[in-house]
Amino acid sequence: MRRLAPPPRLVGRGTMYLMALLIALWILIPIYLITMAAFSPKDVIYSWPKSLMPQSFSLETLLFFLNAYGVLASVRNSVIVALLTLALSLVVGAPAGYALARFIFRGKDVYRLMILSTRAFPIVILSIPLAVAFIRWNLYDTVISVALVHTAMALPTTILVTSSVFIGVSKELEEAAMVLGCNRLQAFTKVALPLALPGLAASAIFTFVLSWNEVFAATILTLYNRTLPAHLFVQLAASPLPFRFAGGFFILVPAIVFMFFVRRYLFNLWGITLK
Amino acid sequence: MKSMAIGLKQVRLRRLNLEPYILLLPSMVYLALFFAWPMFQAFRLAFQTDDGHLTLSYLQRMFGDAAFIKALRTTIVLVVSIVPIQFILALTMAILVSERLRGADLFVYIYSIPLAVSDLAAGIIWFSIFTERGYLNSLLYNLGLIQKPFLFLDYRTPWPIVGIVLAEVWRATSIVFVILVAGLQSIPRDYIEAAEIFGANWFQRVWKVILPLLRPSIQTALILRTILAVQVFAVVVAVAGRGVTVLAAEAYRWYSEYRSPHMAAAYAMFILVISLASAFIYLRTLRVREEMRL
Repeated sequence: MRRLAPPPRLVGRGTMYLMALLIALWILIPIYLITMAAFSPKDVIYSWPKSLMPQSFSLETLLFFLNAYGVLASVRNSVIVALLTLALSLVVGAPAGYALARFIFRGKDVYRLMILSTRAFPIVILSIPLAVAFIRWNLYDTVISVALVHTAMALPTTILVTSSVFIGVSKELEEAAMVLGCNRLQAFTKVALPLALPGLAASAIFTFVLSWNEVFAATILTLYNRTLPAHLFVQLAASPLPFRFAGGFFILVPAIVFMFFVRRYLFNLWGITLK
Repeated sequence: MKSMAIGLKQVRLRRLNLEPYILLLPSMVYLALFFAWPMFQAFRLAFQTDDGHLTLSYLQRMFGDAAFIKALRTTIVLVVSIVPIQFILALTMAILVSERLRGADLFVYIYSIPLAVSDLAAGIIWFSIFTERGYLNSLLYNLGLIQKPFLFLDYRTPWPIVGIVLAEVWRATSIVFVILVAGLQSIPRDYIEAAEIFGANWFQRVWKVILPLLRPSIQTALILRTILAVQVFAVVVAVAGRGVTVLAAEAYRWYSEYRSPHMAAAYAMFILVISLASAFIYLRTLRVREEMRL
C-alpha cells in the first residue's frame, strides 16, 4: 500500500507497530473469548473465576445449542432467506449496475443520487408497515417476506457494487466481440459476464452476510418461521449462558469465513480499489 | 448554421437509447414497492387512525410515554459517544495501515473482520465479557483487584452503557476505517509531497492537507455511522437486557408486545426525523466544495 506521509521522528516506527498491534488485539481478543466459550463444556462456562486460557475442549455447548428446540429450523430458514435475498438482489440489481457502468443517459445522476440517499433512511421504518401489509397479503411469517425486506435493504449496495464490477470489465472487449459477430446479448453473456463473475460473486456474498446478520426486520416479520438471529434474539432473555455463547459464535463464524473470501472487494464498495 | 443545428438534433434523437432505462426499470419498481411505499405507509400509520381520521394522538402518546424520554436520552448518549470514538479510532487505523508497515495487508484484513459481525453477535460477545461471571470480572479477580464479581450490567449504574459503547465501537469502527482508507487512496501523492517540500511537518500534513482532502469520505462515514447508531437495537438488548432502552427497542416493543403498529410507526417516524436531521447537519457543516471532489 502507498505511504501517505512519512511519520514524525517522535513517533517512531516501533511506536506505530505497537499501536497497530494493540488495535489488532483489541479486535481479535473478543473473537478469541467467544470461540473459547463456545468450545468449553457447560461447567466451565458457569465456573468462577474463569480462566482466560482454554481449559478443556468440548463440543457439549455447541451441540446443546444445535439440539435446542427450533435452532436447526431457524438455521435452515436463515440460509433460505439469505439465498433468496442474494438471488433477488442480483436479478433486480445487476442490470441496473450494468446500465450505470456502460451507458451515458439522461437522469443517470438523479438515479445514482436516489440510490445513495436510500442509505439515509433507517431500515426500522420499512419493517413495521410491511409487516402490516404482509399480514393482509398472507405473506406474514414466511421466509419470502423476510427476503423481500432484506432485498430492499441490500439492493442499493448491490447496484453500486455491480456497477463498479462492470466498470472494471473493459467495454472494448464487448465491442470486439460484437465486431466479430456476436450480438449485444451474446457479447454480454460470453465476454462481460464471465469476466465479471468473481466480482458478482463477491457482491452476492456481501448480500448473504447482510441478510444472515439482520435482526430487526426478521424479528418483526416472523412468529414461528424465525431466522437464526431472530430466534436467538427472542430467546435471549430466557436462555442459559451456554445457549447464548454458542449462538453468538454460530452467527459469527460463517460471516467471518465469507468475509475472508471477499476481502479484496471490500474497498470496491466505496468506489476505489485497494490495489 | 440552421442545417447544422438540425443535424445535431437528429444525432441526439438517434442516440436516445431505451436500453439503460429498461435495465434500470426492475430496480426502480422494486424500490418503489418495498422502499418508497412502506415509507409512505409508515407515515399513514403514525398519523391516521384505523378508520381513516388524521390524528396526532399517537405522537402525543409517544411524547408522553415515560419510556420515550429514557429511550431518547440513551440513544443520544450512545450516538454522541460512539460516533466520535469510532471516527478517531478509524482515522488512526487508516493512517497506520497507510504507513507501509511490514504486514500492513494483514492489519487491513484484521481491521475489517468486524464488518462481517452481526450486531447481535457483537452484543453477545461483550455480554460474555461484562456479565457477572464474565471474562472481565475473571481478569480483575486474577489480578487481585476484586474479591467477588462486580455487577457491571446493573442498570442503575452507567456500566451497561459503557459495555454497549465498547461493543459498538468494536463492531462498527471497521466500516468507517474502510471508507477512510478508500478516501486516503484517492489523494494524489503530489499534494503531500508538495507540502513536505514546503516544510510542512507530519502533523501539518495530516491536519492541513490530508484531512481537508478527505472531507468527502469523512462526510460519508459520519452520516452512515450516525444513522446506524440512531437505530441501534440488538446490541443494546444483548448486552444490557431490559434495563436499558433505546428508540428502536421501543418501536419493537410496541409492535411485538403491545400490538400497536401505530405507536411503533410513530417511533419509526421519530427515528427517521432524527436520521435525516443529522444527515442534513453533516452535509451543511462539512460542506464539500466542488473543487475538492477528487
